[in-house]
Amino acid sequence: MPKRTDIKKILIIGSGPIIIGQACEFDYSGTQACKALRADGYIVALVNSNPATIMTDPEVADRTYIEPLIKEYVTEIIARERPDALLPTVGGQTGLNLAVELAESGVLEKYHVEMIGASLRAIKVAEDRLWFKDACRKIGLDVPASALVNNAQDAMRLGDQLGYPVVIRPSFTLGGTGGSIAYNREEFAESITRALEASPVHEALVEESVLGWKEYELEVMRDFRDNFVVICSIENFDPMGVHTGDSITVAPAQTLTDKEYQRMRDASAAIIREVGVETGGSNIQFAVQPETGRMVVIEMNPRVSRSSALASKATGFPIAKIAARLAVGMSLDEITNDITRKTPASFEPTIDYVVVKIPKWQFEKFPGSDSTLGTQMKSVGEVMAIGRTFKEALQKGIRSLEPHTPWRAPAEAPASMLREKLATPRPDRIHWLLVALERGLPATEVCELTKIDPWFIRQLEEIVASNRRAAGVTVETASRELLREVKRMGASDEQLAAIWKTTPATVRLQRARWGIAPVFKRVDTCAAEFESYTPYLYSTYEDEDEADPQARPKIVILGSGPNRIGQGIEFDYCCCHAAFALREDGFETVMVNCNPETVSTDYDTSDRLYFEPLTLEDVLAVVEREKPQGVIVQFGGQTPLNLALELKRNGVPIIGTAPESIDLAEDRRRFGRLLEELRIPQARNGTALVPEEAARVAAEIGLPVLVRPSYVLGGRAMVIAYDVNTVQEYVAQAALMGPAKPVLIDQFLEEATEVDVDALADGTDVVIGGIMEHIEEAGVHSGDSSCVLPPVSLTPSVKARIRDYTKRLAMALRVVGLMNVQYAIQRDIVYVLEVNPRASRTVPYVSKATGVPLAKVAARLMAGRKLAEIPLPVVQVDGVGEIPVRDYHAVKSPVFPFNKFRGVDTILGPEMRSTGEVMGISPDFGQAFAKAQLAAGQRLPKQGTLFLSVNDRDKRHVIALAKELAELGFKLLATRGTAAALRAAGVDAESVYKVNEGRPNIVDLIKTAKVDLIINTPLGRESFYDEKSIRRAAVRYNIPCITTLSAAHAAARGIRAMLDHGLEVAALQDLHRVRTVADHSTSSAD
Amino acid sequence: MREFSPVASNWRSTETTHTYLSRHNVPVIWDIDTRALVRHIRIAGAMRGVLATDGTPAEQLIFEARNVPPMTGLELAGRVSCQEAYPWTKGSIEVATSPWSESMGEAGAADESKRFRVAAYDFGIKQNILRLLVDHNCDVTVVPANTSAEDVLAMKPDGVFLSNGPGDPEPVTYAVEAIGKLLGRVPIFGICLGHQLCGLALGGKTYKLKFGHHGSNHPVKNLLTGQVEITAQNHGFVVDPESLPSHDVEVTHENLNDHTNEGMRHRSLPLFSVQYHPEASPGPHDSHYLFHEFTNLMKDNKFSGALRRHHRANE
Repeated sequence: MPKRTDIKKILIIGSGPIIIGQACEFDYSGTQACKALRADGYIVALVNSNPATIMTDPEVADRTYIEPLIKEYVTEIIARERPDALLPTVGGQTGLNLAVELAESGVLEKYHVEMIGASLRAIKVAEDRLWFKDACRKIGLDVPASALVNNAQDAMRLGDQLGYPVVIRPSFTLGGTGGSIAYNREEFAESITRALEASPVHEALVEESVLGWKEYELEVMRDFRDNFVVICSIENFDPMGVHTGDSITVAPAQTLTDKEYQRMRDASAAIIREVGVETGGSNIQFAVQPETGRMVVIEMNPRVSRSSALASKATGFPIAKIAARLAVGMSLDEITNDITRKTPASFEPTIDYVVVKIPKWQFEKFPGSDSTLGTQMKSVGEVMAIGRTFKEALQKGIRSLEPHTPWRAPAEAPASMLREKLATPRPDRIHWLLVALERGLPATEVCELTKIDPWFIRQLEEIVASNRRAAGVTVETASRELLREVKRMGASDEQLAAIWKTTPATVRLQRARWGIAPVFKRVDTCAAEFESYTPYLYSTYEDEDEADPQARPKIVILGSGPNRIGQGIEFDYCCCHAAFALREDGFETVMVNCNPETVSTDYDTSDRLYFEPLTLEDVLAVVEREKPQGVIVQFGGQTPLNLALELKRNGVPIIGTAPESIDLAEDRRRFGRLLEELRIPQARNGTALVPEEAARVAAEIGLPVLVRPSYVLGGRAMVIAYDVNTVQEYVAQAALMGPAKPVLIDQFLEEATEVDVDALADGTDVVIGGIMEHIEEAGVHSGDSSCVLPPVSLTPSVKARIRDYTKRLAMALRVVGLMNVQYAIQRDIVYVLEVNPRASRTVPYVSKATGVPLAKVAARLMAGRKLAEIPLPVVQVDGVGEIPVRDYHAVKSPVFPFNKFRGVDTILGPEMRSTGEVMGISPDFGQAFAKAQLAAGQRLPKQGTLFLSVNDRDKRHVIALAKELAELGFKLLATRGTAAALRAAGVDAESVYKVNEGRPNIVDLIKTAKVDLIINTPLGRESFYDEKSIRRAAVRYNIPCITTLSAAHAAARGIRAMLDHGLEVAALQDLHRVRTVADHSTSSAD
Repeated sequence: MREFSPVASNWRSTETTHTYLSRHNVPVIWDIDTRALVRHIRIAGAMRGVLATDGTPAEQLIFEARNVPPMTGLELAGRVSCQEAYPWTKGSIEVATSPWSESMGEAGAADESKRFRVAAYDFGIKQNILRLLVDHNCDVTVVPANTSAEDVLAMKPDGVFLSNGPGDPEPVTYAVEAIGKLLGRVPIFGICLGHQLCGLALGGKTYKLKFGHHGSNHPVKNLLTGQVEITAQNHGFVVDPESLPSHDVEVTHENLNDHTNEGMRHRSLPLFSVQYHPEASPGPHDSHYLFHEFTNLMKDNKFSGALRRHHRANE
């Protein structure tokens, strides 16, 4: 069937902000879908609230709406755009749920929009656990015994009947939120209550436990002609019981015979047909009882998923792209395989290598959270590694994780401790597995404790044995055979250096002496059966190299590795833009990255893709093979930056800002001296190695102070200290953590306004890309603060100084490319907090707001072009070039994962904890803020009851705010002190108990849905803990909770704007057009 | 292979691959760059080879390899065939204690009361073909490659099956001759070498591919339905569809990778054959329907009296 001609315009819904369970894999899939559909001649309209995505680049779709993914907004977009069809399957669970809502509420029918790719019925059957189970049973497939419950009594009866452990899965939640395993009756009673609360429909499935069974996933596709193919099989290293997103997974399946695998394939075909997914990709999960082979169907996703992104990267078969084309009526055999260029997409990829995915967790960001892995996904990112054997891929995967340094077990680990570490899955279990085998725990016992398949344990044993052989010699006496053996197992130079108590450089030298170097093999979908035209490569220790590097001028771009809090999609966005710009300029672009979720690891993004760990060893191997003109390190965040100096020492041509400048900016002491020379104000600061010194420095600076380790990203382990004790404790702890690196102690600027500036520089010229004013005051990590572009409250004189400082800093650091500066403005003084001469988290947001792709421009500057020769809509303000934003405000708001980490305080501080961001755009600041809040999941109420509790410092400022909200019709509740202050100022407020004052207290009111908005500003350590329960209750009951007064003011403006203007949406293409026109008619900003 | 697993971990496992292969004297080559080998063959074409572990110099081995007779013109089917006819009774292997059977939806629908006698020519037959025939209510007798048409017809079979096998089909003249005699007298189903022999018997030609089709992911289009089957393949020779008499023979299947012939049927007589392996094992089960078509063909013939001109049973 050729593609459909009866539809012209297609709406695609994105997945919104990056959250746990839904990361940039949906940017990858959405971008592919947009590109594929446009290439086939369709007009694509896109809505996604996440500005950090490639898909929301104005070039990717015809009409791009960065608007909240809320029914009302999408309805408005549909009314304006009048699409013929809606593709609901590439925007994750968010996109799918929203599409279902639009269909069920009649919006699609009203505007004659056809859902393509998956019908409403198919989505419902696949998503509803009971319907799905019925469908499976109908075609003779086995499923775990289960029943749905909507109240605790029924649940308890069922639990007793099934026996413990039992699995609890709330209906319609993302990434298994609220899901758990209960091992006994008591635990079950607690879990079921939570699960019912987590479910938007107050419903949960209670299910027979398949804990410890082997777990498999099949990524499958089907077209209108009923052609069916399996793209990839995936086996979980961690058996059932650990969410697949939190499991180490392997492709292809390693421990199934062909018979068993084909049975699973037949079952998948039968399921997709029965469920009725007519076209597109689906993911189907199975569990297999290891002793009997009993196979049960677990679930199905009738859409592209995290696993399908992994499968695409693992095989070279672009599932989302093909799914989009199938949705418009093409059949698999009508689509050509991009990689071979002559065979069709109606085939099943062959894998002649092994792919291992390892999740990345960040429990350290959420003190008090439980790091046990279960049925609810908790990882924030993942790495993928490719090797010719499982052992090689696993070891490459382990070193792809951040930090790269080999994991070291405590010297003393009694057997009981080892057993516990194996029996309870936690992020470090893979390391403990190796340690346990190393220390002689029998493999059979390891299998029993972990339920991990004996075949996998055997692989680990082989790694351990090979390391042991290495430990028997020294770096000098290691034979060529032994060195080759351990390298073929995937051991890193760093790991070997640790074994041989030498440096990785020495190991590398020894390898060079023996001529042991990696070769590069291709991922080609067909195990070399056909010639491949897409150089998608991985390293391995084999005979033949297939890299075939070209002689064209080329630039290597180092990606950012696994998603982490503080280093996420924004950096991948920048890397992609570098690839796009340099390709346009005639360079061959070479990407190195190990994150399977990203657009950067799409073989389409750059000319050549090396799917490799971002370590010195692996990057050097790529550079040696490719011999590029330049290597870009400043776009991938901290990961490649950490390699910059070492790469340069090894003769790698780093382009853009010199690594020495980056190092200078990171070195507080040297950077402080530079600021002094430049006569630019900075917060008073010092460093300390020991507690006594820290106390002295803190006293000199004056409390409160901000304490942090040197070399930071995402504010790792930063605290604001209001007393000397805290400072001393911090320094003492930091000393315990690792080698003596000084702790940085800075004056904390209270009540300051924070400002972020992104700028471009070419060594002679500087252009400011955007000045962003933070809505939360200084002290909240910049990544966790909402901010607005252009600034709304800065005086012209402050702005003039910001521009001047920015320019002088860029010149002094000889920045070539991007630079981000953070300022704090306190009592009209502009302090520099931090300078990062590299791409920052805000680059995509500024680019979307201004329409100028900063990262693209920066890449060109790094490749040697000058700002003067690149046409930019620049105006000169205060003697500095600047890209203006005039007709609207763009507000960026963070999104937090607190609902995944129960018991964690939600108060914002210097430690970054947001996983993603959204943007709201409107001519009116209040409206833009309200939209951003809405998109971030904080639905500001238009009416209702407001609860106010502010600290003494804020009490004098709160009156105006309270008056404004009372005027808007809100009923006010306040704690005793705040209520008294309000009444004294003539504002009517009812007082309620604090948690420790009596009952019913404020938490009771929150729980009984008597509060619609919370404004709660804490200060100092005491109140942090006092009011934690309020904030926790707010998260649990999904009530907007604002923790700073400045944000509260913005919220009041937002509520007013919503009441005054109602709902409005705008396409980026229109906004940027307005701006371009405006540029020609005006010559100066402000 | 790149890596040979010394251990086994599976609920059905009774011994390791190593012990099994040792027992059957099957050598394994492993720890080599298999991808380099595949690329070499892809570029240079299929070639003769010699395996050595005794340190013989390369020049000597190359000399020996060059002295290995080329595959073209080599009659191997007779060498691997059974020498005596024997009955086969085993059906498919159940892989688990699951209520769900592997053959669900296909053989499951067949009627037990209708059984078919099938003579299966062994040119190197795969056991899974026999198992699937049994699953499809066939009473199977395996006969040696050189069994004459007369001897087969004397068995009064409801259908004749022509198996897969090694080597060049052209020198297997005795089989071509037998097929010519059986054509029109009994329903015939051929797989792989059996398909090539049918091609020759119907007046067509075969030729050798550069490096053949090997693997379990070859897309084949059924030209009668337009559907794509993912198939297992293992062959170096193919039937040239241009050489077939088009008034008698209809091409039914095509390989979507290189557009070579994958299947055909006689327009008026009960014969059909495919180049690939519908029995798979290893490989996907997409083409199991062909066994059902074979029984349909036999049923049509058996229960409608004497053989007569007809089209395929499922039309």
